[in-house]
Amino acid sequence: MKILRTIKVALKALGRNKMRTFLTALGIIIGVGAVIAMVSIGQGAKEEVEARFSEMGTNLLFVRPGSRQFRGRHGGGGSYDTLTEEDAKALVENSDLIQYVSPNVNTRTQVIYANKNWNTSIYGVGHHYPLIRNWEIDEGVFFSESQVRSGQKVCVLGSEVNNNLFEGMYSIGQVIRIKKIPFRVIGTMKSKGASGWFSQDDVIFIPYTTAQTRLVGIDHVQSIDVSAVNGKVTAEAQEHIEEILRIRHKIAPGAEDDFNVRDMADIQEGASEATQVLTILLGGIASISLLVGGIGIMNIMLVSVTERIREIGVRMSVGARERDILLQFLIEAIVLSLMGGLLGIVLGVGSSRLISQFAGMETSVSMGSILLAFLFAGSVGIFFGFYPARKASKLDPIDALRYE
Amino acid sequence: MSENNNIIKLENITKTYVMGENKLDALKGISYTIKRGAMIAIMGPSGSGKSTLMNVIGCLDKPTSGTYYLENELVSKLDKNRLAGIRNKRIGFVFQNFNLLARTSALENVELPLVYSNVSAKETRERAQKALQQVGLKGREDHKTNQLSGGEKQRVAIARALVNHPSLILADEPTGNLDTKTGIDIMEVFKSLHEKSGITVVLVTHDPEVTVYAEKVIHLRDGLIENEKRRET
Ligand SMILES: Nc1ncnc2c1ncn2[C@@H]1O[C@H](COP(=O)(O)OP(=O)(O)OP(=O)(O)O)[C@@H](O)[C@H]1O
Ligand SMILES: [Mg+2]
Repeated sequence: MKILRTIKVALKALGRNKMRTFLTALGIIIGVGAVIAMVSIGQGAKEEVEARFSEMGTNLLFVRPGSRQFRGRHGGGGSYDTLTEEDAKALVENSDLIQYVSPNVNTRTQVIYANKNWNTSIYGVGHHYPLIRNWEIDEGVFFSESQVRSGQKVCVLGSEVNNNLFEGMYSIGQVIRIKKIPFRVIGTMKSKGASGWFSQDDVIFIPYTTAQTRLVGIDHVQSIDVSAVNGKVTAEAQEHIEEILRIRHKIAPGAEDDFNVRDMADIQEGASEATQVLTILLGGIASISLLVGGIGIMNIMLVSVTERIREIGVRMSVGARERDILLQFLIEAIVLSLMGGLLGIVLGVGSSRLISQFAGMETSVSMGSILLAFLFAGSVGIFFGFYPARKASKLDPIDALRYE
Repeated sequence: MSENNNIIKLENITKTYVMGENKLDALKGISYTIKRGAMIAIMGPSGSGKSTLMNVIGCLDKPTSGTYYLENELVSKLDKNRLAGIRNKRIGFVFQNFNLLARTSALENVELPLVYSNVSAKETRERAQKALQQVGLKGREDHKTNQLSGGEKQRVAIARALVNHPSLILADEPTGNLDTKTGIDIMEVFKSLHEKSGITVVLVTHDPEVTVYAEKVIHLRDGLIENEKRRET
């Protein structure tokens, strides 16, 4: 029997009981829909993270203490005290590929203004920080080189902190308390925008020198942000940094660095990996519902085989072979699951649109996830359709004809 | 092939049904030969093994022992799939209870054997239409099974049996579910098929009226052939 005819026979059989066909397919519809919607959420998060990073620029380099072995791992960087502000200065002085540097000393603490309390990130940075990060000042000014050098208690507020502490009031010139120490507000930053996952605006900038002495109590720096003169020489600038720091840190040739330099791509990779895990997790959970849908198909196909034993007997009596019957029922299951798959794609794409519209989450439906869900639905059909189909094909023609 | 014109040759065919502890010998050693082009009736009391014998001849069932040659080919040892091929190409089966596909049109029912043959969709349609015409059902092609009378159902079943040009038509009580008048109509269909195309027909019946259409009547009792009567013409 030719495949095309078998498909026609299967469609006809499914058409005879439309309500049941729909309900059976519903499991697959929901399963495929869930997979696509969930994966679109993960994918959306990934794309958003990537977009954020590429916004920051391709000429950025980050120097952290610790050996390369710890790249990308938590606890590896930052826990060493090998980097100093002199290192940072040496970088600009000794390489013409390096434009700006900003030593960083970060912490997280409570800030108070009047009766308002806010827990936020405190970034101790250099005066070039806004230029490195391409971040514009909204009102007032960023602190100057001399304010950094003398370790003044001045701060610049991220827009979210500004909104939360001052609620629209003019904040410049006001005094807030960071860890009970008074800081004068001299400027506010423009919003970088918040996403569902993290906010870049929930931050206060102070001179890193002030952070060293007043807040953290260290005399080294935790990391150094570096900008190369342009995005094309980033790799070369990275080599310069490594050379300069190896000399400064007196690292013998062949010995391991006590610092590591990463560029935007490295960091982006780490973040993408994290969102990739999220995608797999969400997709995995949704796949379970697809599996349940498949079991539904098997169940109905088994019922259908039992109901149609006489039909099978008639077909066998006029010459249907085992494999004709097997194919007929298998194709019925596959058609069922693929139809479910198609409707599921519609459902998934639709709901991912709704999610991004009403839940404010970035979603992205990829062709790949559609294809994958569709193929998965098809395999579910084959897998769960096979047993009932085989059962049908193994019937004895006489028994099948006699069945009542 | 040409050594004789036997279409069916049965040698010592037995069929034993085993149900748990119990064994039931439905056929106890049937030896019989049917010539090509014959029209034979099988009679016998209920439970004498008529249907069992028909199923063996129709390759729906395998004998427990004995040999069966169909058109000089040993078929009693063939596997399921080969038997399916033989049912498809060489045998047309007509059942007492019609065995048509429900909620399916007359035409599609008749097409069924060709669906499992290597016949194009176009030819399938044409041959099915022609077969329906042959049994006098022109114009009923699109009627669903449940929209047909008993006699019409049996005509559809006959059309289905002959659509793939078999050499043998088997009918197990084809008039059993029909009234006398309709039964005679159906027998006329068999008769004209037999006369026009010389096809071999073997049918089972309880009805003496039906046997007048047969050239020979075989009597079965307790799984054995009792005697054979040649009808005088
Ligand atoms: N599948 C089966 N399993 C067990 N016993 C069977 C089976 N089929 C038939 N038999 C038995 O074999 C015997 C012959 O049955 P068969 O159907 O051939 O009789 P029959 O001559 O066609 O009778 P009827 O005229 O009532 O149709 C009966 O005793 C029946 O009970
Ligand atoms: Mg019988």
